[in-house]
Amino acid sequence: MSQEFRLILKDADQPGYTPDMECYLRRGGYDALKKAFAMGPRVSPDGGTVSGPEKVRKEVLASGLRGRGGAGFSAGLKWSFVDRKSGKPIYLICNADESEPGTFKDRQIIHKDPHQLIEGMIISCWANDVKLAYIYIRGEFPQGAKLLNAALAEARAKNFLGKNILGTDYDLEIHVHRGAGAYICGEETGLIESLEGKRAYPRIKPPYFPAVLGLYMCPTIVNNVETLCHVKHILTMGSAEYAKLGTPNNTGTRIVSLSGDVKRPGYYEIEVGKATIGELINDPAFGGGLRDGRKLKAVIPGGSSSKILKAGEVFKLNRKGADGQMTKVDVPLLDLPYDFDSLQQAGTMSGSSAIIVMDDSRDIVECLANLGEFYAHESCGQCTPCREGSLWISKALHRMTHGQGRKGDADYLVNIAQNIQGRTICAFGEACAWPVLSFVKKFKEDFEARGAADEARNAADK
Amino acid sequence: MSFTVPAKLEAEIDELISHYPQKRSASLMLLHAVQEHFGYISHDATEWIAKKLELQPINIYELVTFYPMFRQEPAGRHQIKVCRTLSCALGGSHKLHDHFCTKLGLDAHKHGLQTTPDGKFSVEFVECLAACGTAPVMMCNDDFHEGVTSQKADEILGGCK
Repeated sequence: MSQEFRLILKDADQPGYTPDMECYLRRGGYDALKKAFAMGPRVSPDGGTVSGPEKVRKEVLASGLRGRGGAGFSAGLKWSFVDRKSGKPIYLICNADESEPGTFKDRQIIHKDPHQLIEGMIISCWANDVKLAYIYIRGEFPQGAKLLNAALAEARAKNFLGKNILGTDYDLEIHVHRGAGAYICGEETGLIESLEGKRAYPRIKPPYFPAVLGLYMCPTIVNNVETLCHVKHILTMGSAEYAKLGTPNNTGTRIVSLSGDVKRPGYYEIEVGKATIGELINDPAFGGGLRDGRKLKAVIPGGSSSKILKAGEVFKLNRKGADGQMTKVDVPLLDLPYDFDSLQQAGTMSGSSAIIVMDDSRDIVECLANLGEFYAHESCGQCTPCREGSLWISKALHRMTHGQGRKGDADYLVNIAQNIQGRTICAFGEACAWPVLSFVKKFKEDFEARGAADEARNAADK
Repeated sequence: MSFTVPAKLEAEIDELISHYPQKRSASLMLLHAVQEHFGYISHDATEWIAKKLELQPINIYELVTFYPMFRQEPAGRHQIKVCRTLSCALGGSHKLHDHFCTKLGLDAHKHGLQTTPDGKFSVEFVECLAACGTAPVMMCNDDFHEGVTSQKADEILGGCK
């Protein structure tokens, strides 16, 4: 039976554990930073020297760490794209704009163990020659911002931040920057615009890849809260040991946010791929099953932007057989390993690792209408297909949930969504199109039946 | 201009500006500081911030109209924000929102922020507050509340002086 494996949240919920520096230090806090600083230059076999920071970057790449924000891109590779020869300062921004519906993992770290994030950031900054970094925290976390500011002040007092950190020649300052309620700030180029004091209109790529032209047109790294925490553990454990956690290409642990119709909603840290969706929903160690007498209807596996999975679906997954050959294997929804690659092969994504469970008491059209309203509210308005389309979708769904559905609504919704995805500057276009496309595809009969019933009733009323 | 910023707040603002290599970056933090003090962002406040950051007023005004947390009108002294998004909706957020509106004599079906005539309370739906595991959740000013039942909601209202 699968169990939680707590690495990031090892201390956070322990009795008596507080966000204070003293508590963190008692549990070995900032030892990983000292270990990083002690990694002197090494002469490589070809005669060149590898600096300490470069060694840390290699460790992170070798660990296989993938970004925990949503895209699941290799953190080490992301760092490797940074333009280190431009002569411009390099910035690092921690993306603490946690706002993907269903996700509440970074909240736990920020509020319960802020020093872990700060240590991970300092190591990451040192590894990338960053002298000034920001934590972009969503505006709705005022307590989190206060806690982080208090923790940063403690870190300054102990000389983990500031000038000549721990007697080295390295200087670093980190500041907290608060957002103000806009979901789009979670998109990294939108976040950068917002940090520059502008509307959070995402930038077009190319040319504005943050690694080259980011904050103030300087090379910039944007990493999620949980990702930066993992850097600390990679240093502590060493990349080889860290990579033993999880499954190949899906290394380490991940905090899964579980919400909706389960008995025990909450956050559960697992080794990536070592628990299935079924275990996360049903095991007593995790969700504890659906409410009594209820059956599973659908699962949103990776935050509201990921494509919905329907109860009973079976997916074709690549599996390596005993002979080393890849074969396609049928895997039912509940047996899907919860990792990056399996969910991608199932046609969806693990996104921000937020599972929303819906049971058979739920009206699927109502659920999509709720999300439609979210995306219509959050579109930044920069690209026409998204600005207009997200609103059209929401209006149509509002109509459908207020007795004014039409037979053609299912196709109408799909048509709008198809005209948004791929036609926008940022991935919000996909984020608002995918729920619509997947809900309607998998529950078409629900949408059509509702439209037909409304039409018949309204015709009879005339 | 009738708008004056107390010295203590201005010192805080100057400190915030020092966090950034470019002044404009401090816009959001200044808007937060000003709104926290005055309760909303007035036209004069917009102009004051713009001047402080060596910007045009439009550069600040466009932020006030873009970011949902900034207000151009005063809200109630106690601002109740109920999460509206999916997990909270599944967990009963509409019932919770209805409950507040009924208790405070507001219209549960009206869109946007509503304030009681005495200016004590504002109620609004907001998007995902990132605590979906303990739905329904809400904020009352800076305080965050999870698993809010009708009874708990009444206690929260009762605690607002």
